[in-house]
This record gives sequence, structure tokens and C-alpha cells, in this order.
Amino acid sequence: MQVKTTILSLPTEEFVHPGTRACAGCGLAIAYRVGLKALGKDTMLIVPPSCLTVLQGLFPVASTKLPCLNVTFASTAAAATGILAALKTQGNEHTTVAAWAGDGGTSDIGLQALSGAAERGDNFIYFCYDNEGYMNTGAQRSGTTPIGAVTANTPFKGKIQQKKDVPAIMAAHHLSYVAACSAAYPLDLYDKILKCKDMPGTKYFHIHIPCPPGWGYDPRYGIKIGRLAVETGYYDLYEIINGEFRLTAASEKLVEKRKLVPVREYFRAQSRFRILTDAQIADIQNQIDAKWAGYYKKDE
Amino acid sequence: MHIIENGNVAAALGVKLCRANVIAAYPITPQTPLTERLSEYVEAGEMKAEYIPVESEHSALAVCIAASSAGTRVSTATSANGLLYMHEQVQWAAGARLPIVMCVVNRAVGAPWNIWNDQQDSISQRDTGWIQMYCADHQQIIDTVIKAYWLAEKVSIPIMVCYDGYILSHTYMPFDVPDQEQVDAFLPPFRPDYALNPEDPANLNTVTLPDVRMDVHGELAHGYMEIRYLLQEEMRTTLAVAAEAEKRFTEIFGRGGDPYIEPYRCDDAEYVAVGLGSLTYQLRVCVDALRKEGINVGVMGVRFYRPFPDEAIANALKGKKGVIVFEKALSYGYEGALASDLKSALYEHLAYTGALPVVQNFIVGIGGRDIRTEELTQNLKAATQHRVSKEPAWIGLKL
Ligand SMILES: Cc1ncc(C[n+]2csc(CCOP(=O)(O)OP(=O)(O)O)c2C)c(N)n1
Ligand code: SF4
Ligand SMILES: [Mg+2]
Repeated sequence: MQVKTTILSLPTEEFVHPGTRACAGCGLAIAYRVGLKALGKDTMLIVPPSCLTVLQGLFPVASTKLPCLNVTFASTAAAATGILAALKTQGNEHTTVAAWAGDGGTSDIGLQALSGAAERGDNFIYFCYDNEGYMNTGAQRSGTTPIGAVTANTPFKGKIQQKKDVPAIMAAHHLSYVAACSAAYPLDLYDKILKCKDMPGTKYFHIHIPCPPGWGYDPRYGIKIGRLAVETGYYDLYEIINGEFRLTAASEKLVEKRKLVPVREYFRAQSRFRILTDAQIADIQNQIDAKWAGYYKKDE
Repeated sequence: MHIIENGNVAAALGVKLCRANVIAAYPITPQTPLTERLSEYVEAGEMKAEYIPVESEHSALAVCIAASSAGTRVSTATSANGLLYMHEQVQWAAGARLPIVMCVVNRAVGAPWNIWNDQQDSISQRDTGWIQMYCADHQQIIDTVIKAYWLAEKVSIPIMVCYDGYILSHTYMPFDVPDQEQVDAFLPPFRPDYALNPEDPANLNTVTLPDVRMDVHGELAHGYMEIRYLLQEEMRTTLAVAAEAEKRFTEIFGRGGDPYIEPYRCDDAEYVAVGLGSLTYQLRVCVDALRKEGINVGVMGVRFYRPFPDEAIANALKGKKGVIVFEKALSYGYEGALASDLKSALYEHLAYTGALPVVQNFIVGIGGRDIRTEELTQNLKAATQHRVSKEPAWIGLKL
């Protein structure tokens, strides 16, 4: 069993200065802060245009204390490859290379480069922070926006299509490590990063990121909403190690409990789901129940 | 050592001699044999480098941008739609001031699909902030690659080394391959002012405001406009640095010439043909033929297209009656880009003399259409006798 980090044993050294440009209550600010603690000082970052570009500050001020290369929207993973290649020719085998991109930058425009790097087996960690929309440009739909969410360009009918399952796509690249995390469970994220740091090839993290302006809720409820997504069984925390799937943290405990919070509570807490009808919610509840029936069965 | 090889191999040998450490490329005809050759050098251990077989040209340049930002010498190459697919990255590399050297093996762009030679690909990237150098034969290809690394690293501006697909890339010619010791003497190891480093963290290419802004120590840092102004300013001073490169190159390798232009029988010429790349060597044949008829013509190859050597070009054309610009590309809706640039240089430097040469623009060889020397000669001759047309005249068009 690996050691579980607690809020008391989390390192105190910060790599993100306080006072970033993120919105109040931003889930990304939490995930990034804790994520960089796990990555540590000997790390190089790659960031495409996104909320994170803004969070990191405007030239010449930067809120991140690690070297960071800002790159074009579609090129994140390829840039990681480039840095790794450079480090290799310089005989540097110790520095961790980590890319942090949004869901749009990952599931849509950056998918080709990510797939390429993963297929080549380039040794870096890719973090997709998923606030479920193009937030930097004003909250338009992305490939990972869930069905039923009203966005800036699905204004009345909400998104009609399903959320794209990017971790599954990445798992299909036979990666050593794939993880689904949430900003509402930062210590799970922290422990998973430590766990996979020395695994070979590309490691993929998907992090659910509550976003007050994009999702429509009061900033103080961010953690609560992030947790509701997990407690309702709507968004699961898990890891896939060399193809072996395993629920982790709060999701793992839900299997023991055999009791999910009704998903309706998650939807009703956010204005983006305001157009979902009771019938649609019942339908989604059925899908969740079926998914969890599978988890329970595996557990027996 | 003299060898007989094709133009792509000349380029590959240049990259190898320059000890590029990271190579990233994606296949596209007619560039492919060049990058295949580099992969052979790397796999055979002849070259100490990482060869990254990327999944797109956009990523090829992404790898080069990142590896260069991390302090290594990089190389890539492409053609036609591959270059167009890179366009966003092309601009990025220049804005980030990275000394990337990229071979562009010139080919027509789609649509419709066409794999043959013209120069629309590199000409369409004229305004991206890259230095563009054009080669007319295999010796120039290998020499230009070597000069390009030195120059790019001196001025922190990326360079496209452009040469004609097939006509140069796939034909065999003898050329001299310099010794590794000579190249090492010419080109010191790459030592950028800053490279990504956890011991000395910096955030590169951050969002930069329209106006200047104070840093945390109270010092003013550039706004976006200052950063872009400096790119233009340092592009212009690159012309002088290119002359230094040529001088050093000539000292070490024993060959070289004018860094910007390559005149042939121009001194006493009344009319001068101008072009980019291998076409200018073909035009030498036309010039020789017309000279026999008693027509005083010469031809001038433009070797350096960006930054544009306006003064050198205008000086070389001073007192001429006419200039005939042959181009394998054009700015649709007007004329060939070289013709426009050249006219502006003539106006700038010669208007005060009250004697501006007449300029005729010809478009040739689009999409690999055969450029017949006889036809070129006749058109060049016609342009020395009368005004052919105000609009660019297309040679060999069958409408
Ligand atoms: C090639 C290109 N297309 C579009 C954009 C505009 N753009 C910048 S950030 C952004 C949204 C990013 O969304 P996501 O990746 O989900 O990150 P988020 O802003 O939600 O954090 C878009 C569309 C761009 N910078 N580059
Ligand atoms: S829009 Fe959302 S993700 Fe972006 S900074 Fe604001 S809260 Fe964070
Ligand atoms: Mg997003």
C-alpha cells in the first residue's frame, strides 16, 4: 500500500505564487497548486492558450516558479517531445516534463499531437484540466462538455452530444498510467502524480475542474460541486496502471457504501444544466446506475 | 571532399556537419529523401542526435521550437502543404526568436493537388519574420545550410533554406563536402542567452500587453509592440551580419561571393533578368544566347530574399534600362512578390536619379510546368525590345 498524503504531510513549498489571475473559487488554481507540489522543483512545464495562460500572469510577471514554455494551442504534447529530446541530448535524465492543457486544448485541437506523443511513448506527464468548455474564450462547448450543458454556443438547447471519453482514448494508447482526478480531491491527485512519476512513457491525467463562471454557481461551492460529481457517481476517480482499471479515493469508497447521491442534486446546483428536464435527468441516472452496477459486480 | 549526389543529400550533409541535436520531420514529397537520410545518419550512429518522427508538420516545428527553447540546435524540413500546415508555428518560431534552420524544398501548393516545383510555398511565408535564403545549385545548398546555422544563432532569427524541388532536390551534381574540422571552426556550439532551466525558471512567450509594463523589481519590460519592433529592427541589421557570415565562410572554406545577389554578365548589361533559385542558372543560358545576338543582357539571382537586400539590388540595377523579373510564385490579385519588392527598392534608391529602369514581370513554371530555355530566351528578348505587358505575363500558358 502506498502512503496516503494528508493535508498535514503535504509539502509546504509553493510553486504557484498567491494572487494568480484565476477567478475566485477556480478549481484549476487548486489542482495546479497541488499538482506542482507533487511534480517538484526539477520540472519543466508546457502550457497552451487557456485559463492557465491567464492564471500564470501577464509579461513580465509570472505566478509560477517553474520554467514554463507557452506554446500554440494544438502543439502542447509535441512541445513536450521537443523538450524531452533536448534534455536527452544534454544528458539530463532527471528533470520531469509536464504539460498542462485545458479540455479544449486536449480533447479537440490538441488530440492529434497528444496521440502522436503517446504513441511514440515520450516520457512526460500530460495533465488535461477539464472545466468542460472553452472557458478562456467565454465558455463555449468543447468535446468534453457534458450532454445537456448550456454553453455560450449551445445557448438554448444545451449540448446535444455525449462527453468525449478522453482517458479511454489515452488508455487505448497502452499507456503505463492513466488517471481520472478532481480538483475537489487534491490529495488523490497528489498521490497519483507521485505514484506514476517514474513510470515509463506518457502518463495521462484527467482532472475535473469546477468553474464558477462557466458552470454557474457561487464561487464558494466549488469543492462541494466537485465532490457531488463524484458522490453521485457521475464523474469517477480512478487509475489505469498498465491496463488495469481501479477506482480510487472517494469513488473506491462508494463501492463499499453501495449508495450514490441522486445525480439530480449535482445538476440542480449549477445553472448550466437548467434546461435538463426531469425525464432527461432520470435517463442519465439510469446510465449512472448501470455503470455502477458493473463496478459492484466486479467487486463481488 | 568532392562527391556526386542529389540536392537533398547536400542539405542532409550540411545539417549533419552542423551537428544538429534534435531533428523532427514529417514526410512530404520532394523533401522526404532529405529527412530519410537524416534518420539514417542518426540510426547508424553517424550523427549524435534525436530523430523525432512526428505525426504532423505542425508538430515538427513544435518539437523544434521546444527543443530550441531548451537550448539545443534543431533541424526540420518540409515542402508545400507541409509548410502551410506549419504556418502558425512558423510565425511562433520567429516571434520567440529561435534560431531554427528549416530546409524548404520548393513545391506547388494545393488545390488542386500538384507535387511539382514552384515557389508559392516559401513565398507565401514571406512576412512571417523568417530569414529566407534561396539556392541555385547543390554547392549552394550545403554551404547555405552551414551559413544559416551561424547566422540564425548570431541574430536569434529562424532561417528557411529554400531550394527547388526535383530540379535540385532530385538531380545529381558534383559538389564539395567540407571537412568536419572546417565546419567546427566556422560554427561554434549553440549557446543561447537563455534556455529553459529549473535552476533559473522563466515563463517564455507569456501573454504580453499592448503597452510596456513594470516587472516586480520596478523595471520597465517591453510591450508586444517593442518585441515586434525589435524583430523588424534586427531583421534589417541581419543584412550586415550576413555579410560577416559570408566573409568568415570565404576565409575558412575558400569560396563565397556576394551574400545577397549573384550577378552574371550584369556589369555592362542594359537589361537584367532577376529571379530566385535554380531558374537564374537556366537564365544564364538565355543570356549567353542573347549576347550572341548582340543584346546586352545579364541575370541576377537573389540569394537573400528576407531581409530584402534592397540597397544591394538597387545598386546593381542602377543605370539599367530594364529589369525582367521571372517568378515561380505570385501574390494573387497583383503580381509576383519579388517584382513588387524589387520595384519598391528601385523607387526608394533610384527615384532621385530620375532614371528608373522599366520592370517587366513574368510568371513561369507554376506547378512544375516545363520551363523551356528557348521560350525563356524569346520572352527575355521581347522584354528588351518593347513593353510586354503591365500585368505579369505567364510564359507557356496554353489557354
Ligand atoms: C489556433 C487557435 N485557435 C483558437 C484559439 C483561441 N483560444 C484560446 S484559449 C481557447 C479556449 C481554451 O479552452 P480549454 O483548452 O478548454 O482551456 P480553458 O480556457 O477552458 O481553461 C481558445 C479557443 C487559439 N489561441 N489558437
Ligand atoms: S473561467 Fe473557470 S477555469 Fe477559468 S479561471 Fe475562471 S474559474 Fe478558473
Ligand atoms: Mg476548458
